[in-house]
Amino acid sequence: MKRWTLALAAIMISGAALAQKSASDGIAEYRAMLADGNPAELFEAKGEDLWKQKRGPKNATLEKCDLGKGPGVVKGAFVELPRHFADTNKVQDLESRLVTCMETLQGFNGAEIAKTAYGRGEQNNVTALATWIAAESRGLKFNLPNSHQQEKVMYEVGKRLFFMRSGTHDFSCASCHGEDGKRIRLQDLPNLTKNPGDGIGFAAWPAYRVSNGQMWSMQLRLNDCYRQQRFPFPLFGSDATVALGAYMGVNAKGAENIAPAIKR
Amino acid sequence: MKKQTQFLIAAGVAAVVLVAGCSSMPSTAELDKLTQDIAKASFRDQGQAKVDRLVLDDANLECMKADVAGQPIEEKTAKAIEAANFAAIKWPAGGQYIGDWKEGEKIAQSGRGMTWSDAAGSENGGNCYNCHQISKEEISFGTLGPSLYNYGKMRGVSNLYAPESAAIIQYTWGKIWNSRAYNACSQMPRAGHKGILTEQQVKHIMALLLDPKSPVNQ
Repeated sequence: MKRWTLALAAIMISGAALAQKSASDGIAEYRAMLADGNPAELFEAKGEDLWKQKRGPKNATLEKCDLGKGPGVVKGAFVELPRHFADTNKVQDLESRLVTCMETLQGFNGAEIAKTAYGRGEQNNVTALATWIAAESRGLKFNLPNSHQQEKVMYEVGKRLFFMRSGTHDFSCASCHGEDGKRIRLQDLPNLTKNPGDGIGFAAWPAYRVSNGQMWSMQLRLNDCYRQQRFPFPLFGSDATVALGAYMGVNAKGAENIAPAIKR
Repeated sequence: MKKQTQFLIAAGVAAVVLVAGCSSMPSTAELDKLTQDIAKASFRDQGQAKVDRLVLDDANLECMKADVAGQPIEEKTAKAIEAANFAAIKWPAGGQYIGDWKEGEKIAQSGRGMTWSDAAGSENGGNCYNCHQISKEEISFGTLGPSLYNYGKMRGVSNLYAPESAAIIQYTWGKIWNSRAYNACSQMPRAGHKGILTEQQVKHIMALLLDPKSPVNQ
């Protein structure tokens, strides 16, 4: 009787393991299949057009925008952000920097764009621009400068925010992203306290999300993490989100950028 | 031990710019303060998720500090956190600990509730399967917490009403109600203490884990 139970248990355990393996394999296959035709390409094309198009009250292009490597230099900029900018005297991530350029070069109201809901109006354009700019650094390795004092300070602040447990559930970023080899349900979780590997975590966003058919910037990715953490709403381009970007970006040093990636 | 530490204090405007004036790196205390100011300035209310959720109690503040330092929390601090949280556990009226495991399974499956996109007052789930294996039938489980499969059986609970089952039943209630009562920096939400689950819902989770008839203990 006992032997039967044991044998049955063994079959069931291996059955469960098999089902699990095939579930994750299925997701991996699904991603590989979709990566052939990643809809992010459409956003890339739109972003490139937006960069070169005369727009806004000043009817100007973004071609003189300084993303950190000098006016108009796009290639390689993404893998060095967030970084400190002398003109704003702030550490900025890609999206907040884009809004600065849209304001100074094109005459848009940056505060209005920051307040606009994701997926609406100029926010869509910021996402498309970020997608193209990230794609221009595809295959490059993350290498944030982290040398200016404000950059070092923002890294330290980001680290503190990463471990800040709060909200109704006492969750911090580290609750899910603080250890190797963990899962939430069947979803693998990257350990973001260090370099999680090429194209993982910070090196994957912006990404196209198949489940909702939306292109998500890192700002929106962080926003949804905070929603699930039961935190209040992080403001677009806020210092907290940029500090977290600095923390994850510095930690990702050496990771190859695959953004814009495709996600489930 | 103070009941609650006000983590957030009035934010200075453009705190980062202020720091930029210094020639050397700010101290740990200054960085802690700057983090508070930045957090305060970076979030707004949305739906039921209000900015008061950024106020850390002593347990969260001390564990955060230890995590940032990359060191385990000091034993004396840990004991104080555990004692304070243990004292806050609400035990069920009339010693009725066990509900219906079928309801418990539904609550364990649900990850809903208390985000800014959930309707205020809607029923919350327990989020249990996000982190734990529980019944063997559900293969979509997380691994952030330990497996709870055979939870009651492995602890020798063959009869819920036997006197020898009382200790593990009480511990399990306490752990679900307020995990920090037993492990100061546990990552597990304090389901009862923080009002995530009602007393009745906790009883159903108790049944799922401990009832010899629950699929968890087959």
